[in-house]
Amino acid sequence: MTGSVAASHAPSAAVMTTLQAVGVQRAAWLLLAFPLAGAAILLLGGKRTNAWGHLVGVAMPVAAFCYGVIAFIAMLRYPALHRSRDMTLFTWIDVGRFHVNIGLQLDQLSISFVLLITGVGSLIHIFAVGYMASDPERRRFFGYMNLFLAAMLLLVLADNYLGLYAGWEGVGLASYLLIGFWQYRPAAATAAKKAFIANRVGDAGLSLAIMLMFATFGTVSFSGVFSAAHAASQPTLTALGLLLLLGACGKSAQLPLQSWLLDAMEGPTPVSALIHAATMVTAGVYLIVRSSPIFDLSAGARLAVTIVGAATLLFGAIIGCAKDDIKKALAGSTMSQIGYMMLAAGLGPAGYVFAIAHLLAHGFFKAGLFLGAGSVKHEMNDEVDMRRFGGLRTVMPVTFATFLLGYLAIIGVPPFSGFFTKDGIVEAAFDKGGTSGFILGCATVLGAAITAFYMTRVMFMTFAGERRWDEKAHPHEAPPVMTVPMVLLAVGSVCAGAFLVLGSRLGGFLAPVRGVGPEPASHGVFTAAGLVTLVLVIAGVLIAWAMYGRQQVPAVAPAGNFATVAARKDLYGDAINESVLMRPGQWLTRLSVYFDNRGVDGLVNTLAATMGGTSGRLRRLQTGFVRSYALSMLVGAVLLVGALLLVKL
Amino acid sequence: MVSPAHYVALAVVLFVIGAVGVLVRRNAMVIFMCVELMLNAVNLAFVAFARMHANLDGQVIAFFVMVVAASEVVVGLAILTSIFRTRRSASVDDANLLKY
Repeated sequence: MTGSVAASHAPSAAVMTTLQAVGVQRAAWLLLAFPLAGAAILLLGGKRTNAWGHLVGVAMPVAAFCYGVIAFIAMLRYPALHRSRDMTLFTWIDVGRFHVNIGLQLDQLSISFVLLITGVGSLIHIFAVGYMASDPERRRFFGYMNLFLAAMLLLVLADNYLGLYAGWEGVGLASYLLIGFWQYRPAAATAAKKAFIANRVGDAGLSLAIMLMFATFGTVSFSGVFSAAHAASQPTLTALGLLLLLGACGKSAQLPLQSWLLDAMEGPTPVSALIHAATMVTAGVYLIVRSSPIFDLSAGARLAVTIVGAATLLFGAIIGCAKDDIKKALAGSTMSQIGYMMLAAGLGPAGYVFAIAHLLAHGFFKAGLFLGAGSVKHEMNDEVDMRRFGGLRTVMPVTFATFLLGYLAIIGVPPFSGFFTKDGIVEAAFDKGGTSGFILGCATVLGAAITAFYMTRVMFMTFAGERRWDEKAHPHEAPPVMTVPMVLLAVGSVCAGAFLVLGSRLGGFLAPVRGVGPEPASHGVFTAAGLVTLVLVIAGVLIAWAMYGRQQVPAVAPAGNFATVAARKDLYGDAINESVLMRPGQWLTRLSVYFDNRGVDGLVNTLAATMGGTSGRLRRLQTGFVRSYALSMLVGAVLLVGALLLVKL
Repeated sequence: MVSPAHYVALAVVLFVIGAVGVLVRRNAMVIFMCVELMLNAVNLAFVAFARMHANLDGQVIAFFVMVVAASEVVVGLAILTSIFRTRRSASVDDANLLKY
């Protein structure tokens, strides 16, 4: 069996060998232990840890990052084909044929995520020390943040789908706690619930996928599922792919489960940065790329992934154009950028590298942008309406500079990160060929142009133009504890893309995981599609400059045309959810309540009332008069005798 | 010649008198006596039938009925005395607490 599989899929079978972890990598559990210990200390320690809690909260992610770097260096010393290392921690479930070990898998893909999560996560934690300084609940905040990192690390390190699912749910829980961190605000509490429920829909898809895997393959471990995937029938594989995609849509806020992401801005800004850059929304992309052996075998599932990605990248970009809330504009952009990654992941082996490259680069510039937005919001007395900003360039020079670099990275100006990674996705989409490839390619190019427009709009409305502040706002530059992480992230925004993509560095690194040989010759830096993209990006920037740079920005949003109104309302995503799901759901519950009250209860109550009434009347027979009893006895005896005589005769 | 049928007829008459007495009289003492009348009517019927079938079973049953009747009178009179002491009345219609 194994031999035949190896023969028919020679390249992948030759590449995928997972060895036991040895040496320093045997301590990989430390990656989980550090943030988990931080969360335990901060959440169980109570008020006693208030004074120094945030220091523990920062130290733990930094320690995890340091260990991640050590494990990464250890990995680089192995030959490329022996870099996937597995270690079993303990047996979790052992029931009949169902056997699950809690194990960690350190390979090129998971270490990439580990470094992103702990690295960018640590910077966000440091920023949060300053950002949350005046919040009385800062300790609890850091406890949740550490929990978030621990769950995300379990998600990317698990060597089986059940462990991944545990991390997946942990991420959902932590995001719920953090989005609703200011739970005394009704909007925050609602947003947290909304995120949780939308994620539950996706989680249902993932859990069904895991059940289907167990039913089909008898195992849920990555190695077991992937080595047996060739033998499964095509409908099973497509169903698996679509269910995994549903799970990914929930966590990554892709259509049709995108609605929670914009509301999730109710959380503190470091949470937004963490959700959008390092954890949570990247989980869906990780799931698709990790499950690539399944998607490689099902063209239908791949097509669905690309369609979802393309639709979401345009959807998010259009929403981003109309939002006046700086955080919501950035949230729309995250949706859009994750759409790029999903699209790339759906393109099959050609796109996985670009999906991951864009994800890593996006982790830097999006975290930088969100921290910049947080810095601005912090100085403007929690104002997020960009129409009340303006002219912040001179008062907050460091924030402006880091935001500018992140901005240049996200719109894809060479030589910043986004140019290389996004260009790769555009190229891969056109390379797919056929009508679908052309449509996907056009979607990515169009998305790039819209990205340029809305990000330029954010820049101009926030940092340029005249000052439209509230009189009470006295913005000045943030303290170093906030600016240093922003500067480091800006450096990443500038360099990450070129570092990862040029010379196919990431592609070569990830090649063994993806089950194909290293990329053939990398394409040139400037391609035809890339140049067209660049021209459209410049056009988008110029249009935004004409609308928001040259003209004055009105302090009150103009009524806008039909498209603007639609985009302001999240393209009616909430309205659709409400009319298609919420209202019928409410009707259903009302109908059920009515049926329960009138139908089920009515039946029982009627029966009880009948019994009660009848027995009440029957009770009247007990008059208490001895002679009436005697009469009834006599009548009964006579009847009995009469009946006996009748039978005898 | 007095045939067993005459005894049975007498027994029926006595039983009906007793039954009607139980139903229409209020005084517990009289009701007791009527009950005795009914029992003795039945005894008479038993003995008559025993004679008719030349079989002693009926006579034996009659003795049992007498024993039971005697016991019943003992218990019944005790209850009656107790009720009369509390209510100053021997009417069964006054002892009507046990009802709906």
